[in-house]
Amino acid sequence: MLSPGLLLLADSRLPAGGHAHSGGAERVIAAGAVHDVPSLERFLRGRLHTAGVPAAALAAAARAAAVDESPGWELLDEEADARTASPAQRAASRTQGRLLLRVARRVWPAEALEELARRTPSPHHPVALGVAAYAAGATAGEAALAAAYHAVSGPATAAVRLLGLDPVAVHALLAALGPDLAAVAERAHPPGPHPPGSRPPGSWAELPACSAPALDLLAEQHARAEVRLFVS
Amino acid sequence: MGARHDDHHHAPDGHGRALRLGVGGPVGSGKTALVAALCRTLGPDLSLGVVTNDIYTTEDADFLRRAGVLDPERILAVETGCCPHTAIRDDIAANLDAVETLEDRFGPLDLVIVESGGDNLTATFSRGLADRQIFVLDVSGGDKVPRKGGPGVTTADLLVINKTDLAPMVGADLGVMDRDAAAVRGERPVLFTSIREQPSAGAVASWVSDQVTAWSHTHATPAS
Ligand SMILES: Nc1nc2c(ncn2[C@@H]2O[C@H](COP(=O)(O)OP(=O)(O)OP(=O)(O)O)[C@@H](O)[C@H]2O)c(=O)[nH]1
Ligand SMILES: [Mg+2]
Repeated sequence: MLSPGLLLLADSRLPAGGHAHSGGAERVIAAGAVHDVPSLERFLRGRLHTAGVPAAALAAAARAAAVDESPGWELLDEEADARTASPAQRAASRTQGRLLLRVARRVWPAEALEELARRTPSPHHPVALGVAAYAAGATAGEAALAAAYHAVSGPATAAVRLLGLDPVAVHALLAALGPDLAAVAERAHPPGPHPPGSRPPGSWAELPACSAPALDLLAEQHARAEVRLFVS
Repeated sequence: MGARHDDHHHAPDGHGRALRLGVGGPVGSGKTALVAALCRTLGPDLSLGVVTNDIYTTEDADFLRRAGVLDPERILAVETGCCPHTAIRDDIAANLDAVETLEDRFGPLDLVIVESGGDNLTATFSRGLADRQIFVLDVSGGDKVPRKGGPGVTTADLLVINKTDLAPMVGADLGVMDRDAAAVRGERPVLFTSIREQPSAGAVASWVSDQVTAWSHTHATPAS
């Protein structure tokens, strides 16, 4: 059965600071490249298949490693850094990770979350999400799905607010992205022969590392913008 | 940024930490002016920190830093992504993070003030973020505003009605505002201010000072 913890983790009402991040949507809207539902769809699809892929893989890897006694979070953190070229995106990811960790420690108290906080007080968001998923009783595949959804749901909400788009049309768009979300999650955590809870085959260095230079540039421009509503 | 390496957590009941004071109210009513006045008047005696929530810029934080009322490092700005209200009520994570960052850097503090972004009459602080809250109205919206009520006006621990110097210009009757506010607030206090004419905001500062004293008596020693 689907884990109820997954529903809480993927809910935009989870009080972990996500509402203040647009994932580049505010800047791409300011630039005029996203201005209606079809242009938003192209943006979200691109975001999911670039930034969303390593995020989902990192979340699944963190979830799988959370069962270990000393998972070596510093190493996974470095892998996340290496996959995040823009310093502004790194900062946004760490801020969201820190806030998620703060919430998760109170909502799902677990030694794994304490260990993560000791090792990396401001972990990257997908890493925090993966360990929170473990504490919340969700699987690695579910952690990956939550990370993939997070890659598009925040920007979609921001676009509704910034452009006054029809929220039902935008939700229809998110629904249409369903198969893509499932594919990204599956790629992050291929259903394999490894026993449940153990690390999937392959080392962390081999996690997917696709990037989106345009998103990196948007993030850097946004961080330097004089006037903005969203943190990222 | 903001990483807390010692990562101590305060007791959930607030023992051993500073009083957290929320300052909310509609756009332009004088929240930042009041925060500056409190820093000016209480700064010499209390160890303070300030968190601002601007909607579009870091204007309020910049103003306070320029005003020289407090060490600029003790002022942190939180960005709220279109929804100032969400950041003080529904999803307080970024504000709590800022408050605790100040406590870790400069603690022990006596008082942390969180100014919300200008909002509407329904804006109130979560009890998870603010121990006490002040709602700031001004007279220029007309003397009908207290009568309209809303959780900010009715439930704030202190209602401040600012810019009394403008009352004659806008034809606002302060007696009516006082009476209407008392009608919806019961015993809870209301103070009239003109921060323009009295930049110390003495009456509000002494209310806040009393709250800090009371808090320090009941929350002095860490529980457990
Ligand atoms: N006449 C008069 N003007 C005042 C008084 N207090 C503040 N102001 C002015 O009112 C304007 C708004 O004051 P702020 O303190 O920035 O108001 P605010 O509530 O923080 O505004 P936002 O944060 O933008 O919602 C400024 O130009 C202040 O100088 C007062 O007592 N009388
Ligand atoms: Mg202000």
